[in-house]
Amino acid sequence: MCEPVLSMTGLHKRFGALQATQDVSLDLRAGEIHALIGPNGAGKSTLIAQIAGSLRPDAGQIHLGARDITALGVARRARLGLGRSFQVSCLAEPLSVLRNVMIGAQALQGHSFRFWRPAASDPSLLAPAHAALERMHLAHHADTPVAALSHGERRQVEVACALVLEPRVLLLDEPMAGLGPEGSARLTELLETLKEEVPILLIEHDMDAVFRLADRISVLVAGSIIAHGDGEAIRRDPRVRDAYLGD
Amino acid sequence: MTRLHPTTNPAAQRPSGTGRWLDRQRLVHGTLLALMLLAPVAAHLLGEVFYINLASRIALVAMAAVGLNLAIGFGGMVSFGHAAYFGLGGYVSGISAYHAFDGSLVMGLPGSNDMLVIWLSAVLLCGLLALVIGAISLRTTGVYFIMITLAFAQMAYYFANSWPDYGGEDGLPIYLRNTLPGLDTNHALSFFLVCFTGLVLSLALTSRLMKSRFGAALTMARLNETRLATAGISPFPIRLVAFVISAMITGLAGALYADLNGFVSPSMLSWHLSGELMVIVILGGVGRLYGPLAGAILFVMMETLLGGLTEYWQFFLGLVLLGVVLFARQGVIGWLAGSERHV
Amino acid sequence: MSVTLLIEQLINGLQLGTMLFLMASGLTLVFGVMGLINLAHGSFYMVGAYVTALATASTGSFLLGLAAGVLAAAAAGAIVELLVIRRLYRRQHLDQVLATFALILIFSEGTRWLFGSAPLWLSPPEALSGSVALPGGSRYPVYRLVIIAVGVVVAAGLYLLIAHTRLGMRIRAGESDREMIGALGVNIRRLYTLVFALGAALAGLAGSLVGALQSVQVGMGEPVLILAFVVIVIGGIGSIKGALLGALLVGLVDTLGRVFLPALFGQFMAPSDAAGAGTALAAMLIYILMAVILAFKPKGLFAAHD
Repeated sequence: MCEPVLSMTGLHKRFGALQATQDVSLDLRAGEIHALIGPNGAGKSTLIAQIAGSLRPDAGQIHLGARDITALGVARRARLGLGRSFQVSCLAEPLSVLRNVMIGAQALQGHSFRFWRPAASDPSLLAPAHAALERMHLAHHADTPVAALSHGERRQVEVACALVLEPRVLLLDEPMAGLGPEGSARLTELLETLKEEVPILLIEHDMDAVFRLADRISVLVAGSIIAHGDGEAIRRDPRVRDAYLGD
Repeated sequence: MTRLHPTTNPAAQRPSGTGRWLDRQRLVHGTLLALMLLAPVAAHLLGEVFYINLASRIALVAMAAVGLNLAIGFGGMVSFGHAAYFGLGGYVSGISAYHAFDGSLVMGLPGSNDMLVIWLSAVLLCGLLALVIGAISLRTTGVYFIMITLAFAQMAYYFANSWPDYGGEDGLPIYLRNTLPGLDTNHALSFFLVCFTGLVLSLALTSRLMKSRFGAALTMARLNETRLATAGISPFPIRLVAFVISAMITGLAGALYADLNGFVSPSMLSWHLSGELMVIVILGGVGRLYGPLAGAILFVMMETLLGGLTEYWQFFLGLVLLGVVLFARQGVIGWLAGSERHV
Repeated sequence: MSVTLLIEQLINGLQLGTMLFLMASGLTLVFGVMGLINLAHGSFYMVGAYVTALATASTGSFLLGLAAGVLAAAAAGAIVELLVIRRLYRRQHLDQVLATFALILIFSEGTRWLFGSAPLWLSPPEALSGSVALPGGSRYPVYRLVIIAVGVVVAAGLYLLIAHTRLGMRIRAGESDREMIGALGVNIRRLYTLVFALGAALAGLAGSLVGALQSVQVGMGEPVLILAFVVIVIGGIGSIKGALLGALLVGLVDTLGRVFLPALFGQFMAPSDAAGAGTALAAMLIYILMAVILAFKPKGLFAAHD
């Protein structure tokens, strides 16, 4: 239809004898949710780390829009519009939820070498942070320290942290885990409306959510993409049944 | 970087109802400052110059520790080499006075005994040194960071020791205390007020800094650098700038310290001094704004009181320090002011 | 500069290197196995030297004195581990630095209290007081060569201990997985005490041997301690191989730098300036070496740990 917003071509990553990523090519287009699934140990985490910038691939390129971001670091990619959430939540636990989200609003407004004006009461930081929390139904937890939240709530804070960056692409790593049926349903609903604004690369174990949400699905097994297509095609694919759904 | 602080703390569990504790904190902080100011004034009225100079010493050691606390407590960078900046500040004072005294040039420039010139030079040179040391050291983390900052300070120590022009291991006397326009710096109470002002300004600067956007980023760099990077802010430059500011504060304290003693020697650069500054930060309470002041008061008082009783006072200092590290991790400020450090 | 001088300085560098290895191996073992950074390691060096000097003076036998010194250092290590160190394993490095800094103060001032500030004298045993001829004609003290030999024997012994014994296997397991070694039913507390005492004994051995070359006094452990830290940081903290290589590198660079740098500067500077600049640079040389190595390999040459 249109130019992919995020694309990977021919990614390779090897750790010693282990080929963790083997010739992976994937893309993400505007308005879609592209789900990446695969059994444990398939190399999803390694792939995400390469997309986010914490790992360099041995070969291959990653493009954000037209821009080659293969050689850029995590912070640089985030500034270019790559928002992500972590599988194991990665937040400053002693700080309030609000302050965790505000750091993103601060980053969005340019460099942080501003030494004088207090940040905590700055309306230009508070407004977007509150809006992101509102959207994730977390407004009542704004002043709660992250340490006091449940695992599911922390995942939602992560998504809020990503949203406040006004990203061009969202990379969500198992956002449903630990949410419970009600939270899961609410997040599914949110992602469905969200994808119109920001395309989402979704890594998820909850197969119901994947099949309901994803416009396309790629299946990663032993470092390679073994199948690719819409939900129906993936369900029918015998290789996927063998490698993934089978066991 | 080493995770410096426990991930959960009681204060963080309390949403925003910290009003009462805040009052107690302010009371303690205000009392400390008032004591620092009033004790030397009283000593002046009683004609006890020794105690005025003791207060100046406390103020300067506290100021040096305020600088270190910015790196260790607020930035999570455990520098074991802040003596390098303290000593460099001291040597700027000494060398400048030396050349002003005999009218010779240093690197083509005349010496000066104007404190304003000396302070500016000390702050700039310490900033420059910290920029180089920080840029290399901050590539490492954990124990390596501790050790490499120590190594750089040792480098400075041995350099001062073996460079004969400025006294080598014997050090360099400052025959006449450097001057300040409109103030008699030889007057003990006036000089104390200069030191006290330096301390108050460094506290105010740190407080303001930690509330700013820069402070928010630095706090995040300490608590979770991945989160900071994921938000789009590179932790390295944030840390580096904090490290440089920290060194500048400690260096300015060093410049004044040399003037207080009328003497600068390699001992101002020694690893014992780095260790003592760390001890002061810990005794007071890591990452608490007024911790260094409380720590410095305690440290210098112990040195003076115990030192008056026994030559081996450091033996007891060791015992106290061991007790604090093992059993009282909140430090003096935590004990006095209650409540948790503000994160 | 003659070949003789070069050979002599090479041997001196080797001797400093072997002593540094005795210090550094204990430090690096303790860090590798328990994750502890121990500033008080230099105190065991001092304890070894003091006890050796005192015991040698009262028994008249250097060998008995040496045995007493090593045992005393090991005992001091075990006691310190039981009383203080084991509370620090799970603490941040900052706490470890401060607590062990406190231990230095206690050990140093305590020793000064007991024995005064005046140095004690310890001389090498009669039998080793001679010298041998070096190629080129100059003579070299036998005792220093024996020190090198002891260092080599200890290094070999340490290698055998770690690579081929049950204790060594546990040490290696402890380095890679602290939880697992507990699960295997190894008494981890005893293992830690043992490793710490072993490190202290090695430091005590180094202190005793060097004490016969220099004076035995309070604070003698501190310069060596800092050099040993440079060694393990260069080698990669936790790695015995790194400690060995780092020790030799630091020993040689430091020794040769002090002798040859002023001479080298003399080639293109006025003699008085050259002496000053050369000496100053030589004193900083190993720190520069360390900074350069860390700038390229932030975890040292043989990184074993984070």
